[in-house]
Amino acid sequence: MATAEIRNKIFSTPETNYLNCTKGWKSWAFTLDHKRIGVMYLVGVSIALFLAGIFALVLRSHLVKFDSGMLSYDNYNKMFTLHGAVMVFSFIIPSIPAALGNFVLPMMLGAKDVAFPRMNLASFYLWIAGTSCLLMAILFGGGLDTGWTFYTPYSIETETGVIYATFGAFILGFSSIFTGLNFLVTVNTMRSPGQTWFKLPLFLWSLYATSIIQVLATPVLGITLLMLIAEKTMHIGIFDPRYGGDPVLFQHFFWFYSHPAVYIMILPAMGVISELISVYSQKRIFGYSFIAFSSVAIALLGFLVWGHHMFTSGQSPIVTLIFSAITFTVAIPSAVKVFNWLATLFKGSILLNTPMLFALSFIFLFGIGGLTGLFLGALSTDIHLHDTYFVVAHFHFVMVGGTLTALLGGLFHWWPKMFGRMYNDALGRISCALVFIGFNVTFFPQFVMGARGMPRRYASYDPEFQIFHQISTFGAFVLGIGILMAYVVLVYAAFKGPRCGSNPFRAASMEWQSSSPPDFHNFIHQPTMNDPYDFDSQVYDEELDTFIPREFADPDKLPARPEPVHH
Amino acid sequence: MAVADTTDHHDHDHDHHDHDPFIAHHFDGPQQQFDSGKLGIWLFLVTEVLFFSGLFVAYTLYRNHHPEIFELAHHHLDKVLGCLNTIVLLFSSLTMALAVRSAQTGKNKNCELYTLITMVCATIFLGVKAVEYSHKWDLGIFPKYGFNYTPGHHEMGFLGLSPYLIKLSAIPALLLASFAGASVMGKLTDKPAQFKFFMGMAIMVAGYFAGVAGGVVYQNAVDSGHAHLAMSSSPLQLHAATFEENGQHHSHQHSDQHSEGQGHEGGEEHGDDHHDQRHEGSGESMPKSVGAFFSIYYCMTGLHAIHIIGGIVALAWIYYRSQQGHWREDYFGPVDYVGLYWHLVDLIWIYLFPLLYLID
Repeated sequence: MATAEIRNKIFSTPETNYLNCTKGWKSWAFTLDHKRIGVMYLVGVSIALFLAGIFALVLRSHLVKFDSGMLSYDNYNKMFTLHGAVMVFSFIIPSIPAALGNFVLPMMLGAKDVAFPRMNLASFYLWIAGTSCLLMAILFGGGLDTGWTFYTPYSIETETGVIYATFGAFILGFSSIFTGLNFLVTVNTMRSPGQTWFKLPLFLWSLYATSIIQVLATPVLGITLLMLIAEKTMHIGIFDPRYGGDPVLFQHFFWFYSHPAVYIMILPAMGVISELISVYSQKRIFGYSFIAFSSVAIALLGFLVWGHHMFTSGQSPIVTLIFSAITFTVAIPSAVKVFNWLATLFKGSILLNTPMLFALSFIFLFGIGGLTGLFLGALSTDIHLHDTYFVVAHFHFVMVGGTLTALLGGLFHWWPKMFGRMYNDALGRISCALVFIGFNVTFFPQFVMGARGMPRRYASYDPEFQIFHQISTFGAFVLGIGILMAYVVLVYAAFKGPRCGSNPFRAASMEWQSSSPPDFHNFIHQPTMNDPYDFDSQVYDEELDTFIPREFADPDKLPARPEPVHH
Repeated sequence: MAVADTTDHHDHDHDHHDHDPFIAHHFDGPQQQFDSGKLGIWLFLVTEVLFFSGLFVAYTLYRNHHPEIFELAHHHLDKVLGCLNTIVLLFSSLTMALAVRSAQTGKNKNCELYTLITMVCATIFLGVKAVEYSHKWDLGIFPKYGFNYTPGHHEMGFLGLSPYLIKLSAIPALLLASFAGASVMGKLTDKPAQFKFFMGMAIMVAGYFAGVAGGVVYQNAVDSGHAHLAMSSSPLQLHAATFEENGQHHSHQHSDQHSEGQGHEGGEEHGDDHHDQRHEGSGESMPKSVGAFFSIYYCMTGLHAIHIIGGIVALAWIYYRSQQGHWREDYFGPVDYVGLYWHLVDLIWIYLFPLLYLID
């Protein structure tokens, strides 16, 4: 039990915090503070998102009319390649782990920082270097037209900036490894006293699973891209069929990374959703250990399914069959998560604020994205759907409908913690509605087009597809406006929003026991370790207008702990 | 990796006024810091293994698809030099382990010495490697595309050395000069720390030239011993029938080693030199497809050499800190981590050597 004085010291909005404790650009550029690095990462990935989003809108504008002639076919190829490469390597992969994860992970452990703060900063600078290298392909390499997958033999023949781009992706890979390695070590060695693995918030389990993939899969991409560069410069004859090489080997290597990378993209998003669903239902997460282990299961199974990208590349039928079967098994842990989220919602006291709406959108969109994946994992239907807009729609449902939605939801959830200010919830909800509607209008028609045979990556199309393309383009602009609006709401709040308390949402994980925004050392007072899903451990304090742990509450006003409800 | 300096360089007041300069402020204590670093370096080693795995997979595939190419091409790798390098690296692993042990017991002087020996071994390795590479380039043995094998062709440079070797040695020569210069400067300006450190660095780079000298002497001996062959015999030729019959070739112009595969040879004459002469008069050079082997060879050994160089940089840092007397019984993590890395680099070579040099 603590006095009002201690309470105020710990939980009221502090004079100095991590944002203003030191000033000047150097205090940011050379910071080792995980929170500042997280914020810088957030700015970085957001710029990448908007850049690649503009590429996407240019693509959609080109497609709005049959043979619109807005882009030359060559430029169309370059545009979709850059959209894909920047989105994948510079935005989605680092988005949730490196931006949100960096900020939240040490605080969820009650730690002062990640295990290797310098490596963390190095990761950010590698991200800048890698992204710059990727973009140099436009400036000096005459664009890039291989698709983000850099498939051989075309990537060896093309005159465009493949070397810049692959080297950029190589560097970005190391950035990703650094983040993953840091997180693994931090979670292993820096948990609070008494914080066992099963008292970790589920976001940490998913970040941990993600980090395993980052550490195990990314080096393989690194060597593959180096070999591609060597192939292009020295013609070593490993991938190039002209010199006895095997182009399908490149596909194997590439997807050995890039399929697990799909889970690097979606697993952290699932972790965010686990937090959001539980907090805004004010109910203990249903099936904690199932969600935790399903993250690990997805990470491990993710390594065994790369061949499903190559069903039509001429691998042996038996291998194809095995890959197809394992692909279906990934649906099991994914479904475990979805059903557990739904069960958490059941009889919860649901608060439909902005982050929760994004979380619910996630469940819907990820559900569609996941289920359409089964059509592609099935051998017979894949022959028909391969390389059509059906595939494009499928992975956009997972990547945008899944990861981007979760990123925005997570931002709205942790924004008050990051900046100590509250956003306008009504405008936030409108932005969520725009994103949800815009997204569906964009990508639903693409399922139909794809099933009817519209191939992906084509600059032109049969006139019968025009109506679908028009709907899709319309939706893309709505989606763009929605994302922009969400960002405007957030950025405005960070500067002008009303001050908010340390724990406005009555969340129980440890990061909410810091002040908002947190102190440079995260916690003024060693946070008390409690169950991250025991929301009754937090009680409302009128004076501070926020939720604080029971231990710190005024004993006279302490409400009785409700009887545990058994479902 | 876990760098031990304090990570806290802001002036915000907090409650760590007198903490240990080697324990980063975000750790609870030396044990947590050490455990974190140890786990970190192991994970890093995992990524290293996976990084090399792509090349090992490529090796496996190509050897499966074209065993005859590997069979023919590996004769151009010199087993003696490869073996010498293996011994040098194994010895460096021993000295590295001793360096770790010295750091653990706080014996900074010993750690300094062992680290220096380890670095010298590393540079000897690189020197020998440079001789091997340049000798191959002299013969036109490049990766696949540039592969243009012309036996006996030697363009002589300065002192009768391969021009490639001279080019390769330019950077070490520059480094040697600058380290020696910096060391002398340290002596003159009375900065003992600078003198000591750069003296060590100069000795370290001198190891490279020792390796080169040894390699060149050996190579010249081999070349002159087989000069009559190199001139008289026509180059090896990829001849399908030859390989189907006996799969084993033991003779070539660089190495007269015999391996345990002799039993397979049946009546085949396998002495030193006669084998090559079978193809005399065919007038063809080694087929270009053999370059696939050397593509993989250069990728694997080149990547390994880059790792050796990275290891030397890390060891130089350990060497410097040993001279500063940083290691204590409760603080020796960095030596341990660099040691683990060094053992991995050695281990990779232990795999590369038989896979590339000892094919039959």
